[in-house]
Amino acid sequence: MKYLALVLILIFSVPLWAVEPDEVLDDPVLEERAREISKNVRCVVCQNEPIDSSNAGVARDLRILIRERIMAGDTNAEVEAFLVARYGDYVLFKPPFKPSTYALWIGPLALMLLGLGVAGLALRRQSGRPSEGLSADDLAEANALLAQLTSKDDDAHNSEQASDPRDPDI
Amino acid sequence: MRRVLVFLPLLIVAVLGGFFVWGLNGDRDPNAIPSALVSRLAPAFDLAPIDGIDTPGLSQADLIGQSDASVVNVFASWCVPCRAEHPVLTRFAREEGVALMGINYKDRAEDAAGWLRELGNPYDRIGHDFTGRTGIDWGVTGVPETFVIDAQGRITFRFAGPLVTEQAVGNLRDALITARGVEPGS
Repeated sequence: MKYLALVLILIFSVPLWAVEPDEVLDDPVLEERAREISKNVRCVVCQNEPIDSSNAGVARDLRILIRERIMAGDTNAEVEAFLVARYGDYVLFKPPFKPSTYALWIGPLALMLLGLGVAGLALRRQSGRPSEGLSADDLAEANALLAQLTSKDDDAHNSEQASDPRDPDI
Repeated sequence: MRRVLVFLPLLIVAVLGGFFVWGLNGDRDPNAIPSALVSRLAPAFDLAPIDGIDTPGLSQADLIGQSDASVVNVFASWCVPCRAEHPVLTRFAREEGVALMGINYKDRAEDAAGWLRELGNPYDRIGHDFTGRTGIDWGVTGVPETFVIDAQGRITFRFAGPLVTEQAVGNLRDALITARGVEPGS
């Protein structure tokens, strides 16, 4: 029973958020928007943590600021633009798609397509080869060699048969 | 066409290799945040003075349309590196004869006043940014931070961290000389 309670607690426990009760907006819809924005905003002190889960002082200030902007009637994009004007694209975890970030967004896809193209080309070249068959000269030479081999084999069998009583075909 | 394609793998390796060499460069600080404010006008703000000291407050108007460039330093009494850079900054302002403006970041007035009484006050103006809101407008990620503002009020240089190494002070001096319109070294 004790274990069951422990397991249930672990299953239903939610992650601990840094957002403090006094920051939370009364309107759940606006609060949800604030949380959504906060998750994509980098804490400028801890850098790899979104401000949504950071306990740094600046992160708290930015969370409150985001809620103020939302209360003032800003759209999500306007709030993000407000932050980018002060901290640059760096403050967003998802950088915008623009000329200076084309390499970032398109690069991996372009490399993959290039790799697939090269692999496809190589595979097609390899599978195309055997179906070309042998030229008439090569075929004649191969047949001559085969004929030579089979005649030698016959000699060997004949000599073996003399000393070995077993059936040579086995 | 085929001859060109032969060199394609080499080209790709060279581009990737160049990127890796750049990434391994020991002088590059991967934690450095590029400032969005450099080459822009100082943000709009108006800060009251710190209670208990005579130094006047600081606003955007004090930085725009001046006769000379100025240096803006963000500091706090609770910030240990600020204490370390304080004598360097004091000497720098005296030697260069530049207006040194302070933004006192998230500090209690009595703490800031006591700190300045203890260490000396090299600032011509200090704005008391108790809430840290002006710090956000300046894109401050921590204290101390130092900016160079040209006479028109444009931010020409930002340095995050204490001005304690010769290289940091040299960079600040070069930036100030550039902001004053004189080529560095002349």
